[in-house]
Amino acid sequence: MTADSLLRVEDLRIALAGDRTIYNAVEEVSFEIRRGEAFGLVGESGCGKSITALAVMGLLKRPLSLGGGKILLDGEEIQNASAARMRMLRGSRIGMIFQEPMTALNPLSPVGRQIAEMFVLHQNAGWSEAMDRAEEALRQVRVPSPGRRVKDYPHQLSGGMRQRVMIAIALACSPELLIADEPTTALDVTVQAEIIDLMAELCAAKGTAILMISHDLGLVANMCKRVAVMYAGRIVEAQPAEAIFAKPQHPYTQGLVDSLPRLGERSRRGQQRLREIAGVVPSIQAYPAGCRFNPRCPRASDVCLTTAPAITPLPAANSIEALVRCHHHG
Amino acid sequence: MTLIPIKLMPRLRGGTSLWIGGGLVGLAVFVAIAAPLIARTDPVMDANLMNAEIPPGWEFPFGTDAQGRDIYSRIVYGARISLTVGVGSQILNSLIGVSLGLTAGYWGGWWDDFVTALTNLMLAIPSLIFALAIMAILGPGLSSLLMALGLTAWSYSCRIARAQVLSLKSQGYIQAARILGYGDLRIMFTQVLPNILGPLIVIATLGMGTAILSEAALSFLGLGIRPPFPSWGSMLSEARDQINTVPWLSIFPGVAIFLTVLGLNLLGDGLRDILDPQSTTRRS
Amino acid sequence: MLLVLARRLANVVPTLVAVIALVFLLFSVLPGSFISGMGEDGRTTIDPAVMERMRKEMGLDDPLPERFAKYIAHTAVGDLGKSFRTREPVTYLIGQRIWPSLKLMFAAMAFAIVVGVTLGFLAALRPGSLVDTVSMVAAISGLSLSQFWFGLMLMYLFALTLQWLPSFGYGDGGIMHLILPAIALGVGPMALLARTTRAAVLDVLNADFVRTARSKGMSERRVVEWHVLRNALVLVITIIGLQFGSLMGQAVVVEKLFAWPGVGSLLIDSVFQRDMPAVQGCILLIVLFFLAINTLVDIAYVAIDPRIRYGR
Repeated sequence: MTADSLLRVEDLRIALAGDRTIYNAVEEVSFEIRRGEAFGLVGESGCGKSITALAVMGLLKRPLSLGGGKILLDGEEIQNASAARMRMLRGSRIGMIFQEPMTALNPLSPVGRQIAEMFVLHQNAGWSEAMDRAEEALRQVRVPSPGRRVKDYPHQLSGGMRQRVMIAIALACSPELLIADEPTTALDVTVQAEIIDLMAELCAAKGTAILMISHDLGLVANMCKRVAVMYAGRIVEAQPAEAIFAKPQHPYTQGLVDSLPRLGERSRRGQQRLREIAGVVPSIQAYPAGCRFNPRCPRASDVCLTTAPAITPLPAANSIEALVRCHHHG
Repeated sequence: MTLIPIKLMPRLRGGTSLWIGGGLVGLAVFVAIAAPLIARTDPVMDANLMNAEIPPGWEFPFGTDAQGRDIYSRIVYGARISLTVGVGSQILNSLIGVSLGLTAGYWGGWWDDFVTALTNLMLAIPSLIFALAIMAILGPGLSSLLMALGLTAWSYSCRIARAQVLSLKSQGYIQAARILGYGDLRIMFTQVLPNILGPLIVIATLGMGTAILSEAALSFLGLGIRPPFPSWGSMLSEARDQINTVPWLSIFPGVAIFLTVLGLNLLGDGLRDILDPQSTTRRS
Repeated sequence: MLLVLARRLANVVPTLVAVIALVFLLFSVLPGSFISGMGEDGRTTIDPAVMERMRKEMGLDDPLPERFAKYIAHTAVGDLGKSFRTREPVTYLIGQRIWPSLKLMFAAMAFAIVVGVTLGFLAALRPGSLVDTVSMVAAISGLSLSQFWFGLMLMYLFALTLQWLPSFGYGDGGIMHLILPAIALGVGPMALLARTTRAAVLDVLNADFVRTARSKGMSERRVVEWHVLRNALVLVITIIGLQFGSLMGQAVVVEKLFAWPGVGSLLIDSVFQRDMPAVQGCILLIVLFFLAINTLVDIAYVAIDPRIRYGR
């Protein structure tokens, strides 16, 4: 463990209770986020990245539950922490932003009040003081005329504005970690960049680390120093962001990189089409034996069909760990 | 008045409600059909003052009334009336509701406006009051009951039929069928009706329970089935004045109503889990 | 906000006119007039001369459109005609009965809301628990009961056997006479409210914004108080409004059972005495009341739900 480790997830397993069997929705997931660092978790929908975030928050709901592993926040094991302890951590030390700004805010409560709740809950503020600070928080996330907006209801705000409100809520108590679960997926492309910049800027100012979860490798790589790629419940590759693009090791990461449009490439390579990864993510009940990527993998060989690949460490760059889980990496 | 679809499903584990409900309804149907075989006496004629007001016991399981009639036999025959009213009124309601709803959604225009206005009008009048007014005009009797209960509760099936047509319309199914040369009626029967059959069955099942309760209420008021004919409601109407001295007269018909309607409600809930998982049906 | 309210009120007027027309047509056009129709039950025979006189007096021989126009004109100024039986204005007869009816109805609804919403709430907070199972079994049983039979049983148990409460009548208008009829009448809506509340709360508990609330580090109690209650209330209020409809129907039967001097027993008595103006008046009043309640529900919506308030 590094000295400035903020969040450390070790061998996390998330169990999904089916009708008769218990499945592992996520397993052997380990990663570490340092103070102030932005860390990205990338993968297609259904790969387990969102529930990994919920597990860190202690918000897994039936039929999902924590199956094993450790979650350490600032050295403290929180995977079995009491409900009261988790409530203290949530909001004040870990903030979270969800994907759908339309439904993530209470439709019957003014947005100012929904921000002010944070100060009442975690900083013993009275309501009037909390409302003043909510207005200030709205100003920080650059909502125009915050004095009027605090009284607005969510349906009166645009999607981008609502996500700004969510950011204000998540960062209200200056947490050490911000978990952003697909924060821009539901937004217009033009608004996405603004929201991402705002998040990055505010977190940098407050020294808040980010766990950024997205299916969009380009977005994550732009924002984060390190990126881990998940596939079918496991981390298949983790590398510094530049290296992911320059030297993707896992064929799945390779596929993700190839499916991204890149500026300037067209002129060099000519009219090349974007490539997609053939096939779909297998459902949890039907994970293939051996390497879970084998049905879609261009490099698959006999060993991939029978043996799950072990983790191979990659040469560390700038003392940042890197790994890949593939029989034929490179 | 806003109607929002709400799940009304307190799921009893593993379809228990379906089985209990089906069992109770099955029992009621069996009793109604086999009434002449399992009744011990004629429900109307076999009065015998020698046997008057005998409490429940070995000889008369549910006791006898002031005229010495066997309550058990009267309840057995009463099942016929309750189920006839329940089934008959729901067939009528479904026919009216589906034909109005289908045509309104399909043709649109002034006809749709008219049907919608009519539906809202029906919803504005408490249905038991409406039925009561009709009974007051038509006079007591089984056929009046079928009219009164069959003409006043079609708004739910009408709404569901109309909504289904509109949704199929917006998905282009109906236009496609038209291009294929299907006639209006054929489209309604082959494309729309199968889609709403599930919710309709659920509505009708739950509606039967309501109809049986309404029949009992109207008969109790003296507007439904008149004594001496053994409807559960009319039996209660006779029994009311003797509640202090001959309480079993009041207890057993009420239990019969309760078990039958409970069966229908449980069956309706169970069927909804199977036939209408998104739960478009609800009652109010 | 005022605009929304005005629009809602404007919707009520056509419905009301339609109901008046329907009530008029029901009792004037359908097979035989009300008078002759009721003569067929064989219990009473009406002297043809009397009938002729009544028809004249009521203007029943005038052409239909003319009668309808008159009826509308009279109803519009609050004149519901004179009772055949007592010769008193129907409005006066009804006026005497309104207060007991309102009292019974609101007592029943209060019982239904307090017990039903509480049961539904507790059930939803602990799905699958004993509380949940018991209240949902109670709810489906309550929906399957004949309310007047339940009233009869209550009467037998608490009034006749235990003698805790008076068995029937209005008494001095005090609460003791109110309890049994109110419970008998309230048990149906209570059962339905328990079910809807449970469903509504479960719905809201699964909403995204509740997850947001939890991610803020709120205790479950605060989550419910701050974010679940109001949202569930919106759903529950609709059902409360609609329940008044069946409540008023059942009230007729329960009033009759408990000899409660309300509009419902006036309606039944008038039906048997073939007092057509009184019957029409009672039905109109009941419908008017139902419409008023539902307009109130709409207003309550507007007060609770900002999405409606600002006319989305």
